[in-house]
Amino acid sequence: MKKYLSILLSLVICAACATVFAGCGSGGYEGEINVYNWGEYVADGSEDYEDTVELFEKEYNIKVNYTTFETNEELYNILSSSNSAYDVIFPSDYMVEKLIAEDLVQKLDYSKIPNYDKIIDRFKNMQYDPKSEYTVPYSWNVTGLVYNKTMTDKKPDSWESLWDKDLEGSILQFNNSRDAYAIAMQLCKINPSTFTKAEVDKATKKLKEQRPLLKKYVMDQVFAEMENNQAAIAPYYAGDIYTMMTNNKDLVGVLPKDGSNLFVDNMCIPKNAQNVDGAHKFIDFMTSPEMSAANMNYITYASPVKGAEKFLDEDLKNSELVYPPDEYLDKCYTFHNIDDETYTYMQEQFVKVMS
Amino acid sequence: MKKLGKIYTALIMFFMYMPIIVLIIFSFNDGKTTVWKGFTLNWYRDLFKDEQIIGALWNTLAIAIIASVIATVIGTMAAIGINNFKGKKRLLIQNASNIEILSPDIVTGVSLMLMFTIAGVAFHFQMGFWTVLLAHITFCTPYVVLSVLPRIRHMDYSLYEAALDLGCNQWQAFRKVVIHELMPGIFTGFLMSFTYSLDDFVITYFTRGATFQTLSVQIYTMTHQRISPKINALSALMFVAVIILMLIINIKDRREEKEQEQKVRI
Repeated sequence: MKKYLSILLSLVICAACATVFAGCGSGGYEGEINVYNWGEYVADGSEDYEDTVELFEKEYNIKVNYTTFETNEELYNILSSSNSAYDVIFPSDYMVEKLIAEDLVQKLDYSKIPNYDKIIDRFKNMQYDPKSEYTVPYSWNVTGLVYNKTMTDKKPDSWESLWDKDLEGSILQFNNSRDAYAIAMQLCKINPSTFTKAEVDKATKKLKEQRPLLKKYVMDQVFAEMENNQAAIAPYYAGDIYTMMTNNKDLVGVLPKDGSNLFVDNMCIPKNAQNVDGAHKFIDFMTSPEMSAANMNYITYASPVKGAEKFLDEDLKNSELVYPPDEYLDKCYTFHNIDDETYTYMQEQFVKVMS
Repeated sequence: MKKLGKIYTALIMFFMYMPIIVLIIFSFNDGKTTVWKGFTLNWYRDLFKDEQIIGALWNTLAIAIIASVIATVIGTMAAIGINNFKGKKRLLIQNASNIEILSPDIVTGVSLMLMFTIAGVAFHFQMGFWTVLLAHITFCTPYVVLSVLPRIRHMDYSLYEAALDLGCNQWQAFRKVVIHELMPGIFTGFLMSFTYSLDDFVITYFTRGATFQTLSVQIYTMTHQRISPKINALSALMFVAVIILMLIINIKDRREEKEQEQKVRI
């Protein structure tokens, strides 16, 4: 018995070692790049979607080591405190500003990214990268409201509806300080792009008023809550609201008339990248209309690439929620980087509000 | 009273296994949500097509197996060594090994990341498979020490001396008597290391570097959007694998017990 066990064990170890070394060898690839993206943020070949990363590997014969993160802050921590060499990262707008300020990303060579010409003008020279030196936008979206039409007779069209006393006990709120404060600040007539501690205090007061009306603070549980008719109204990202609506016909998505947060996720190359050339190829590949559309069909956010609409799902591209009209976008704001002290202060206040 | 006991057991079982049953059921759900939309095997098909998840699964298993085997060897050696110390010295070394178990994972993780980063800059290497492996061996070893030490203390030292008297050389006596006596403890230590390594998220998260990802990290980062039902499918398969493994072990134990009983009767 023992003999069999030891034979089995050694076989297993051999197998494990083999997979490891197979992983280490580049297996006929001419180089590799390390990509660090949001979780579930690229078409991965499931259902009928393309596998865009694999298509890239085949096209350029470059191996992609694809790893994922969950928040911008997490990305920042890993970039600033470890020596891990990522070649392409996907920070959001305000995080780009911080990374540029701290010299953690490098200037791009746009001559190697011919598809950059296809980026819609609105998404070039954004305030976080005013001369377009460091970034190529990957996706964009706004925050919106979703409500269940069987649970309220009103037609909510403003962030104020999240403070509606008639819906007490079935309102959801972001479990994410920056997004929650943005909503409260808009209602207090403060610009959420950038703010001071005093303005945080004002918004805190507003959020405290909302606390007793709330069912709970959520992030991804919002899908289950809304789709299963457990809550009446919630703020979330428009692309995700679009998904909820396809799963539950009673849900309605609206763009609040007060305007909302326009956020853009970008592709950047960190300072200590090892395969800068491969990174440029990757960015260019993902910026082609076909690939951008393939990815956006999967994540249901909006593509910043001209010509992508030809390859987008019919329903998605006609959705006003995912692709708001220009007039609406003019009412939106983007986040600026906030100094660490104020940011920490906001987070502390938010924890107090939630408890 | 008996009835009450039964109800109590049923309740406990319900709370322990209901979540897993729900998860398995929803791995067959035709749709990404928690609303039942009909039966499908698509998630299983997609799971095996998803190189990301399958790759992460292999990484997780490779790390768990290699780390637990090495930790078992090191831990057993350490336990025997510690046992040979006397008095204060022994207490000191034993506690030094236990502190690693008591200290929070986040502390271990961050400190390992710092150390690997500094060493990486000095010796030009990147974090990845090897750093995760080293980290896992580090936190697994104390568990092996913890489970082997009590066995050594209960071992009858004269058995070892008897083996020497009867013609074994030291190595043979060690292998055939000492290791044999310690085997249950070593096995427990191995199993514990294996499960802790499979389970670990925090330490892996900090030491994985830019090229390496295990299952726990992968699942964690999915929560930004929504955890894919492919993960339900994978969890269901893993659960079934564990059940089969437990069944085999139990049946084997049962059989050995019976054999022993028969021997005693003879």
